[in-house]
Amino acid sequence: MEGDLVQMGAYIGAGLACIGMGGAGIGVGHVAGNYLAGALRNPSAAPGQTAFLFIGIAFAEALGIFSFLVALLLMFAV
Amino acid sequence: MDQFEVRPLFGGDTVGMFTITNVTLWMALTVLAVTLLMVVGSRGRALVPTRSQSMAELTYSFIYKMIEDVSGRDGVRFFPYIMTIFMFVFFANILGLIPFAFTTTSHIAVTAVLALGVFITVTVLGFVLNGASFLRLFWVDSAPLALRPVLALIELISYFVRPVSHSIRLAGAMMAGHAVAKVFAGFAAALGAAFFIPVLAVAALYALELLVAVIQAYVFTILTCVYLKDALHPHH
Repeated sequence: MEGDLVQMGAYIGAGLACIGMGGAGIGVGHVAGNYLAGALRNPSAAPGQTAFLFIGIAFAEALGIFSFLVALLLMFAV
Repeated sequence: MDQFEVRPLFGGDTVGMFTITNVTLWMALTVLAVTLLMVVGSRGRALVPTRSQSMAELTYSFIYKMIEDVSGRDGVRFFPYIMTIFMFVFFANILGLIPFAFTTTSHIAVTAVLALGVFITVTVLGFVLNGASFLRLFWVDSAPLALRPVLALIELISYFVRPVSHSIRLAGAMMAGHAVAKVFAGFAAALGAAFFIPVLAVAALYALELLVAVIQAYVFTILTCVYLKDALHPHH
């Protein structure tokens, strides 16, 4: 057992921050699943909406990226 | 990790402001690849296109249609900028997938410059085109009056967070994908006789990474279009 307490805290915090990515996963799955449900109801309208699918996924993903960012900051910047 | 290390190309250990590194090399190769496809590949200007000219034309019309759909007709003025961003990110991602290559887009420094360029362009453009009424982007007219200051604060924060999420999304996706491939390759060495299982997994991951490389370039470009739309039409 060696190393300092601050580093231990940073590593634990980085691991905890990764829980946030699960939320992003739920969000992205929600967007994609609802898109597929809508596309199966009205397949002819689906191709026109793929841009919105990707925009929605990107916005949902952004919040997961912040948790990733916090993890990176704890690992390398603190 | 070894594959993400920036090192000088021609000897020496220190990386200064103008040192030629492996990042410089792979960025130059990216520009070369874009030039090969878009300039040399479509040089013939044939009525019935050759394979490379057809690929260049398909990419061109794909991006053109994306800008028209997302930013509106007056966004087409900014086609050269958005096309440049797409081609650069796309080829940087794809070239990074070559074994022993350096993925320039896996570094936040590279993607942050691209995203900050978009952010500054869009902000300056919004104020030049709309004057002070660009600030109405943050004042949501459709919301109840009591809620508007709170929403304005949230909109303001989300506006300034854009370059952060824009750049880290791309860098994170590329870095994570390459790191996962590296971890699975490490399993192959550790498992001995059963090495073929992780090797198959790496092959599958590689295919997934190819998909991610294309989708991330697409997402980066489409978000640029979305931000551009906000500058052109700030009144929702």
